[in-house]
Amino acid sequence: MTFFFQNVVNALQYGSFYALIALGYSMVYSILMLFNFAHGDIFMTGAYIGFGVATGLTVLAAAGTIVLPNWLILVLTILIAMFLTSMLGMLVERLGYRPLRDAPRASAAITGMMIGLILEYGNLLLLGPQRRSFPRLIQTVTYDVGGVILTNKKIMIVAVSMVLMYALHLFISRTRWGLAMRAMAFDHVVVPLMGVPINTIARLTFALGSALAAVAGIFFGLAYPVLDPYMGIVFGWKAFVAAILGGRGSVMGATIAGFMLGFIEIFVAMVFPSTLRDLIAYSIILGILVFRPHGLFGEAYSARLRL
Amino acid sequence: MPLLDVKKMTHYFGGLRAVHDYHLSIEPGQIRGLIGPNGAGKTTIFNLLTGIHKPTEGEILLDGNSLVGLFPHQIAALGLGRTFQNLCLWRHMTVLEHVMLARYARLDYGLVGAFFGTAKRQRQEAESEIVARKLLRMLGIEDLAEQNVLNLSYGNQRRVEMARALATEPKILFLDEPTAGMTPEELIQMMAIIRQVHAELGLAIFLIEHRLKMVMELCEQIQTLVFGEVIAEGTPEEIQNNPQVIEAYLGKETLH
Repeated sequence: MTFFFQNVVNALQYGSFYALIALGYSMVYSILMLFNFAHGDIFMTGAYIGFGVATGLTVLAAAGTIVLPNWLILVLTILIAMFLTSMLGMLVERLGYRPLRDAPRASAAITGMMIGLILEYGNLLLLGPQRRSFPRLIQTVTYDVGGVILTNKKIMIVAVSMVLMYALHLFISRTRWGLAMRAMAFDHVVVPLMGVPINTIARLTFALGSALAAVAGIFFGLAYPVLDPYMGIVFGWKAFVAAILGGRGSVMGATIAGFMLGFIEIFVAMVFPSTLRDLIAYSIILGILVFRPHGLFGEAYSARLRL
Repeated sequence: MPLLDVKKMTHYFGGLRAVHDYHLSIEPGQIRGLIGPNGAGKTTIFNLLTGIHKPTEGEILLDGNSLVGLFPHQIAALGLGRTFQNLCLWRHMTVLEHVMLARYARLDYGLVGAFFGTAKRQRQEAESEIVARKLLRMLGIEDLAEQNVLNLSYGNQRRVEMARALATEPKILFLDEPTAGMTPEELIQMMAIIRQVHAELGLAIFLIEHRLKMVMELCEQIQTLVFGEVIAEGTPEEIQNNPQVIEAYLGKETLH
């Protein structure tokens, strides 16, 4: 039983990564009808930006140039990385996708993959092929709750992720920007005639998705303190699967499917040898999609942004 | 000074001349009609004026501001509202949400406000909702505010479209066949609504309509468009008796 709950905790943590990344795929898809295949690499870049900011601040703090407690370094790292990564997302939208707004979808998909490769190899060029370890910003504190081992990092990762997802939900349901995103999922002709600048909304959507991916990247760095330039590939694809499983365009779907993916992976690994984990886990998901091809919260012939 | 002033507007789709040397001048508060057979270019003119297409040549002034080359959202913000020939509503969104979104350009709280729920955001969204509900009440669909638009009857969906266009706070309202596909009762209601909107809000209205009877009753001035050119312009009586208009609609009478 303890073993079971231990896995629930791990699954929640993994699910948070997937959900945070999947939201970016789903939001962009819903308003622009394209999957941003560079999104996994934006996650990777976000992690590296976080790594850079955290390392820089740690060095400065150690040298005594600035006085910062470690927790504050973490908060600043998250905020700065969210900001910079959303800039990157907006740049990708502006340079990569906006010129292709009316081009065939395949062109946009290929462009996304190219942007991903540019980010991967740009990183390789800048920092070299060796892996980087993320600074240990917070001391791991372990709690034993009835045999289940919780760490302060895990609690923080899951809690902050959920708060961010809830904030996104409020943003989409309560504000004029969110309303505009949802309408833009339906058409690009009428929405501007109602006074809504659709390019701004598209930029905003990329910014939001990228900021969430940056948080996922930093949390990944905290939990598994090793970064490499290719870390975005597998994570990106898995989060993409979560976006499809949730139903394209569904915010709720992407969130739930992200966590579901975490649970399926962890629990498959609990029963079967871990080398078979992805084979079995993704066969299960394929099975679900056979019966629900539009995903859990998806709708036939439609991929509108919904709550 | 006219509210909307269009001079020498010409537009080509590739080699096809869709609109030729089009002139229009609408005074504040005036109701103008645009009629013409199918394919005459009526909707194209709407699309040119609202910024969906950029005219090949010509000048468009709204209240002294040139609209040529502006983005559609900028034109909407300057005070040009519009409805569509085919209903263009957003599935998955409620009636109230449709109308509230059209208030986008009238609110100015920023992203920080949006995320942290500042007092400014709360106040603006709340005021916006009041305006939206007032419009819905005016159009008689206030009790449907929370409904998904898909659940509404066709006539009520048309009203949502109208409310949405009005929510942008236009100085001039473009109506593209507002009674297309309506039953006779719905048509009478829609005419009453147009009259009411005109009377209460004092808007200028520019109307495309197929049903001549309706145009004749509502409009002070009517233009007849054939193959992208205005062949006749005048009061309803003048238009009704114009031989060219009769020819365009009914064909030429040949005597042997």
